Amino acid sequence: MKKAFVIILLAVLGFFLTKTFMDIPFGENRIGEVSSNETAAGYYLNNTPAKTKVANVVTAIVVNYRGLDTLGEVTVLFLASTGLASILYRRKREEEDAERLSLPSSRIMRTGVRVLFPAIVLLGIYVFIHGHLTPGGGFQGGTIVATGFLLMLISYKGFNTDHNRMVWIESLAGLSFVGIGIWGLISGNTFLENIPETGILNSLISGGLIPIIYIVVGFKVAVELTGILDILLNIKPKK
Amino acid sequence: MQEQFNEVFTKYHEVITWGVYGTAIALMLIGLYAILIKKNLVKIIIGLTIMDAGIHLLFVGIGYIQNGTAPIFSPGYENAADRMVDPVPQALVLTAIIIGFAITAVALSLVIRLYKHHHTAKIDQIKSLKW
Repeated sequence: MKKAFVIILLAVLGFFLTKTFMDIPFGENRIGEVSSNETAAGYYLNNTPAKTKVANVVTAIVVNYRGLDTLGEVTVLFLASTGLASILYRRKREEEDAERLSLPSSRIMRTGVRVLFPAIVLLGIYVFIHGHLTPGGGFQGGTIVATGFLLMLISYKGFNTDHNRMVWIESLAGLSFVGIGIWGLISGNTFLENIPETGILNSLISGGLIPIIYIVVGFKVAVELTGILDILLNIKPKK
Repeated sequence: MQEQFNEVFTKYHEVITWGVYGTAIALMLIGLYAILIKKNLVKIIIGLTIMDAGIHLLFVGIGYIQNGTAPIFSPGYENAADRMVDPVPQALVLTAIIIGFAITAVALSLVIRLYKHHHTAKIDQIKSLKW
């Protein structure tokens, strides 16, 4: 009965969603003339290489044009990791006999992970350092680094992350993001203004503050995701 | 190569449109179905993430432009601004993916707490929710 009701509801919803979105022609150019600066996308595409000296337009939008939004996004991630930690908070006494929920891993897994771990972390760091030149950036690179730590956490029972150091990295990364924003205010511009607009397009040192912000974001995301995984994996099993 | 692509694109335009938008809407509906029907809280969260994926696909699909390249001015593409896909939906989806991850993490932690307290993750067996 309930199932039939839900299916009817979904059918109606699906019909109207399809009807609405089929009116948007797929692949049609809705940006218009790029050089006329008429649409937001056209403005970004027209002005990004000349004004910000960043090759990746998506990075320029995320970090520069919508930088405040990204600061909020990083805050949401921070709140999620803090909220997770406080919801799953364990007392000291319980913590002592807490152990990983995961099953013991095989020798193949452990050896493979030991070989792969540095390579994965290196790839992640590469991705967030080159966020302004190639597809990728702080969030993607941070996630890749956290994947490496996840592999280590599920294959080695003795592998523990250093919480103090993680808190320090996270706080420093967050503070430097805000600090870069306030630097823009001090120098008489807007918050998160991209001040040193030096460099040549498509070189590693280009785009002023954008790569620095993305590297900071990469560190922050990597540490936060590793923290979330660590908390979720270290829950005491039900006796 | 380019001409062949254009030919195929205009010839099967209807099919491609249905394919992209249809997949996205189908994913959204599957996720919503899981949220409404499933009893297990973990399955409900999986439904939430499936719905997320559908919405992201829809966003990026709407931003696509025929013959468009990725919005990156890599060497050799410095003057290709007029044939790049829309970068705004991609930036928005990047934000949305992170928010979706945060929501999933917090929801999972709440499920773990509920499971510890009630010894079950099925919402119809958690009696204290009824009133």
